[in-house]
Amino acid sequence: MEFTRKNRQLLSRIATNDRHGENSPYFDGWKAYDSSPFHPIHNPDGVIQMGLAENPLSFDLIEKWIRENPDASICTAEGLDKFKHIAIYQDYHGLREFREAVAKFMGRVGGNRVTFDPNSIVMSGGATGANETVIFCLADPGDAFLVPSPYYAGFARDLRWRTGVEIVPVHCKSSNNFRITRAALEEAYEKAQRSNINIKGVIITNPSNPLGTVLDKETLRSIVSFVTDKNIHLVSDEIYAATVFSSPRFISVAEVMQDMDCNRDLIHIVYSLSKDMGFPGFRVGIVYSFNDDVTNCARKMSSFGLVSSQTQFLLASMLSDDEFVGNFLRESSKRLAKRHHVFTKGLEEVGISTIKSNAGLFFWMDMRQLLKEQTTKAETELWRVIINKVKLNVSPGSSFQCSEPGWFRVCFANMDDKTVEVALDRIREFVLQGKEETKLEADKSQAQAQRWRKQNLRLSFSSSRLYDESLMSPHMISPHSPIPHSPLVRART
Amino acid sequence: MEIKRKNKTQLLSKIATNDRHGENSPYFDGWKAYDNNPFHPTQNPNGVIQMGLAENKLCFDLIKKWIMENPDASICTAGGVDKFKDVAIFQDYHGLKEFREAIAKFMGRVGGNKVTFDASRIVMSSGATGANETIMFCLVNPGDAFLVPSPYYPGKLCRFARDLRWRTGLEIVPVDCKSSNNFRITRAAMEDAYEKAQKWNLNVKGIIIANPSNPLGTTLDIETMRSLVAFVNEKNIHLVCDEIYAATVFDSPRFVSVAEVIQDMDCCNRDLIHIVYSLSKDMGIPGFRVGIVYSFNDDVMLCARKMSSFGLVSSQTQYLLASMLSDDGFVGNFLRESSKRLAKRHYVFTKGLEQVGISCLTSNAGLFFWMDMRLLLKEQSFEGEIELWRVILNEVKLNVSPGSSFQCSEPGWFRVCFANMDDETVEVALNRIRAFVLNRENQESNRSKRCWRKKHLRLSFSSTRLYDETIMSPCMISPHSPLVRAKT
Repeated sequence: MEFTRKNRQLLSRIATNDRHGENSPYFDGWKAYDSSPFHPIHNPDGVIQMGLAENPLSFDLIEKWIRENPDASICTAEGLDKFKHIAIYQDYHGLREFREAVAKFMGRVGGNRVTFDPNSIVMSGGATGANETVIFCLADPGDAFLVPSPYYAGFARDLRWRTGVEIVPVHCKSSNNFRITRAALEEAYEKAQRSNINIKGVIITNPSNPLGTVLDKETLRSIVSFVTDKNIHLVSDEIYAATVFSSPRFISVAEVMQDMDCNRDLIHIVYSLSKDMGFPGFRVGIVYSFNDDVTNCARKMSSFGLVSSQTQFLLASMLSDDEFVGNFLRESSKRLAKRHHVFTKGLEEVGISTIKSNAGLFFWMDMRQLLKEQTTKAETELWRVIINKVKLNVSPGSSFQCSEPGWFRVCFANMDDKTVEVALDRIREFVLQGKEETKLEADKSQAQAQRWRKQNLRLSFSSSRLYDESLMSPHMISPHSPIPHSPLVRART
Repeated sequence: MEIKRKNKTQLLSKIATNDRHGENSPYFDGWKAYDNNPFHPTQNPNGVIQMGLAENKLCFDLIKKWIMENPDASICTAGGVDKFKDVAIFQDYHGLKEFREAIAKFMGRVGGNKVTFDASRIVMSSGATGANETIMFCLVNPGDAFLVPSPYYPGKLCRFARDLRWRTGLEIVPVDCKSSNNFRITRAAMEDAYEKAQKWNLNVKGIIIANPSNPLGTTLDIETMRSLVAFVNEKNIHLVCDEIYAATVFDSPRFVSVAEVIQDMDCCNRDLIHIVYSLSKDMGIPGFRVGIVYSFNDDVMLCARKMSSFGLVSSQTQYLLASMLSDDGFVGNFLRESSKRLAKRHYVFTKGLEQVGISCLTSNAGLFFWMDMRLLLKEQSFEGEIELWRVILNEVKLNVSPGSSFQCSEPGWFRVCFANMDDETVEVALNRIRAFVLNRENQESNRSKRCWRKKHLRLSFSSTRLYDETIMSPCMISPHSPLVRAKT
């Protein structure tokens, strides 16, 4: 956005800086999609949206519940007598039933290992609002938070824009599956100290966006002791908690704290229903702090982002229905697991590996072998090819501040099964084509490639067959696979 | 414990540990008194009547009727559930197109159809609370200042001050308005405040007005509006108009939006003009958190839209309101009927008060009136006002809001909300005030007091009779009734 000098003086610094993050080049992916969105009939050659972490897989269950529970709405004949009371209700404590239902839901999502206190439930404008609110409570302009990378691109805006707080990335490596190590935290912390940067805390996302992995207990304990030692905060963004679809199970920081000697005043959770339930439009963000002062402050700030009382009322009812919740969580996991499997298997069969993950609405795809060179520039080139030629809007690792080029986040939950097939076909074709080109160029790998191709072309990409375990290829492609890495493919520009 | 407390405080941000959230205000006592002992006609007839909450409960019957007749407006009815998925997934910060269009149309109607609002300029926020803060984040740097004509809305908990100042770091410079000219905002007063700010080395970035005014309940006349626009243009500062009570106008003069005024002012730099709107007061739906930022400055609009991510309107609510506010027949009827009911309620109260010698500022809008209790003060000071307020709260058991909580420069004024109760409670409230005033008046042995009593004991306080013009008393009690001493 170009500002005239006059306008620049008229507006605040916040309004004229770039910290909202929307001038990022990664918006090109969105523009490409918006200009030519895929439609199976109307635009079969359009761009398939694989950059949006949405979860529409289980709406049928929700719609069924809504039909069966008309008094959960203040707009049905059954619920209309509540309309006045609900429409008037603006207390920033939130409806008691809503807080109780959310606390119960969070407990179930955590495997019922922890009980959450409804009195500590504070509303916010989605996870976006929750993250910003927590930072407003904990840090002053110029302070910083450590954030393990790769991390959610929106943090640049949510944590920094209006708060004036900085992010110090803690770079995690593929060599140990991007684990967050104590050593990495210490190193980042000390480097910041040397630069006179005041670190106020660490913010982690568990399950991770973009990795789709959950943190193990040991890592969580290590992070909790790190923040306790340094007397800094730990904010745990757990908004993907119920998207865990295979083991290991999700462990909330709340559970880990129970058995540890730690300062509870330092621990805060951000939660939301946008990913777990698929309701991003409803703007249900939750701040849950173990520090009473933070709870009270965040609650006052929640006036800037309360959940609509109409929505509170609906969800209070829905999430109190134990049977519905149990069924939903089970079924949602199952469907995510299946979708994840279809994609990751399909990719493996053309030699593309992904980080082993068990949660999230995406997988973290390893395209390092397809880079012209191991640089961010090459990653961006490859990305542009994927958007413009393969017509898939995936997200390049650099947009998540990943320190190693070549990784891409691919969302898999926001499309129907047919679109999954189209997407897989396109990737397959792209990879194989790339392999074709390389074959022409490199003699030495010719025979190897032929053998590889023979093995894999037999497989069909019907998603139901992929999920049929009896057809599963014995090749489990992992980052440590014995299968020789495909030769480098030059990215077409 | 002290050390622990200190450590705890150092853990948090400055914003978290300062008082700018405004909730440590002494005016909290009114709320506590109400919360501890809320009035109920049968269960607690001696409880405190809530007259400090500007809520509009008068027209829910109309809304409920519409909802019954329009099941498709909800994503939870059999008629609407097929839309559930699309709506629940929709998080685009532009908002549903139908919602923006409906809001723009509604704002136009509320402005008497003198202006067309552009749907593509409608930006969402979390209530007017969110809208006010968002605008400030767009316009000011920490330490900058905005002029605010007083009395101004602090909310029950100094909320305006919080909305504008808390996280933005904004300073407020009041523009003192006087009862001698009905609290009009004069050019002189603005210049005065502007110069004062300059002397304090404050960088004034703009002026924010509420039109209709909270707490006055008055609308700004075109002349004053033009004067404001001219003032900000000359100083090259912003004008933010909080128009959230626009549809509560129940009597002439009509509401004039700043959008209408600038249409005829060529000299005006539209980049300086911004409107805050909301449905909380006009429709009576504060729980739905519908705030709107409408700026004529493209950069501000774009910035505010990005910021709206922190406080979007629930798509479920957008969907319902898009439908409701597009229904021209319903909207027309609602606006007419709402005005009528507000007018009646306002009349009942103000007439009832006049008949015991309490006058109110002549007003034509809002959910409250601005009551003149200067004559009941023991002394013309803010201490005197607070004393009187405590009596009204603890003995008369009415939670009204003292003028000092609105930064009024003159003691003795009180804001009294009238739209948040039923007709029976109105009568109880009026009877209590009557009893209080007469009781106080009985303590005087002054001759003029005896004459005054003789004149007024004839009147009855049935609200329907008060509204019946045929029995209206010809005595119009003016602010110059003999002094009455307040009980302590």
